[in-house]
Amino acid sequence: MGLLSKKDSKLISDPLLDNNPITIQVLGICSALAITAELKASIVMSISVLFVLGVGNVVISLMRNIIPSKIRIIVQLVVVAALVIIVDQVLKAYAYELSKTLSVFVGLIITNCIIMGRFEAFALGNGPWRSFLDGIGNAAGYGFILILVGFFRELLGSGTLLGFPVLGDPIEKTGLYSIGYENNGFMLLSPMALIVVGLIIWVQRSRNKALIED
Amino acid sequence: MENRTDKNSYTLLFAVGMVIVVGGILAFLASSLSPAIAQNEKIEKQQNILYALGINNNEGTSANFIDAALAPEEFKKNVTEQLVLTFKDGSIVKTQTRQEYMDEANQEPYLIDVKKQQNLQKTEGTRLLPLFVGKNPEGKTLYVAPIRGKGLWDAIWGYVAVDEDMIVQGAYFDHKGETPGLGANIKQTYFMDDFTGEHLLNESGVFKGITVAKGNADPKNNDKNDYEVDAIAGATITGDGVTAMIKKDLGLYVPYFKTLKK
Repeated sequence: MGLLSKKDSKLISDPLLDNNPITIQVLGICSALAITAELKASIVMSISVLFVLGVGNVVISLMRNIIPSKIRIIVQLVVVAALVIIVDQVLKAYAYELSKTLSVFVGLIITNCIIMGRFEAFALGNGPWRSFLDGIGNAAGYGFILILVGFFRELLGSGTLLGFPVLGDPIEKTGLYSIGYENNGFMLLSPMALIVVGLIIWVQRSRNKALIED
Repeated sequence: MENRTDKNSYTLLFAVGMVIVVGGILAFLASSLSPAIAQNEKIEKQQNILYALGINNNEGTSANFIDAALAPEEFKKNVTEQLVLTFKDGSIVKTQTRQEYMDEANQEPYLIDVKKQQNLQKTEGTRLLPLFVGKNPEGKTLYVAPIRGKGLWDAIWGYVAVDEDMIVQGAYFDHKGETPGLGANIKQTYFMDDFTGEHLLNESGVFKGITVAKGNADPKNNDKNDYEVDAIAGATITGDGVTAMIKKDLGLYVPYFKTLKK
């Protein structure tokens, strides 16, 4: 680890596994339910949150000594909303196609509790570099679960991955469908996202008993 | 340090300063970027209309517009006329050509704001209906009408190309904020292509519309005379929105198509 000290690298690795924002801190569940019906949306959302959380954490960290504590939540909200709107407007002007893909996520990013949670819990008390690492780590942990859930929901719900039919054609009855396999339409609905997240939590806690709370 | 940021006067000052700075940045950004954004939106409308006409870069199952750089030229070439019909109290009272409308309103008919016109219809009972006449790649004359309605979360809209018998020849749908993987799939080719060939009128010329139906037992959409297309699982409300906007907005054009037949 030449680049990062041991303490710093833990900032990245911890949220990926044993302090995952979704499965352990149970933050960001709302967006995990809303947009994981297909893999592509999960990936786009993960990248967006990675960017916003990384930059936002740095901004909040730089401002941490001048933010009045009484209105710190409002300040955090303004910072994240301004960031997201700036990105949205610039994309609309210079990368219109991409901005249309992202338009659905703008509201979801602003209200994502992971972002406010990390501002409040970490960036307000730490320097910019460590806050940046913390933001990247948490966003990666969030994105990892999101992509995992999106993978299973799209595969089992629509029989496709990133829009490509990987299991055959359900209407023409080719591939897996020729032997009687059917898509599970229930996977496309939000409750199944919660159940998939629940299964991930189960697997994670049975592998690491230290995570189980009494 | 702690004391200074806890003071009420500091808090107030900070809040005011923050609002001015952030507001300033956003306002500057919005006004400096707005011409580029407006241009992008204009080209998108052209691409939408061309898409409905069948002029697109579709490959396999993904919907692709023609290049943004080519759109204005293709639009000029393929959309031969942009009619503006004035709808009033249940009938079409006036038909203007593009030139006549441009002289009057100084605006291209394809930039007519459908939402504004829908509101006018509600408040004043009168509404402008743009209708784009063009040729598809096979050389057939088609009429493209814009439609707009409500999905689950926000607005949905589309462009439907029909021939003079009001048989659908192409459709493009889009949405502002439908759920990815569910309602957002109305802009997938497998959904939009289902509308091609569907009849909007029955044999005696009564407007039936097209219903996005769950139980039509016709997933391949072989029956083009049932006024139904197959719905998307998990997107009932978005599908109902598509049905409603087709019924409400396309229905208004029926009198014009009746005049074509005479």
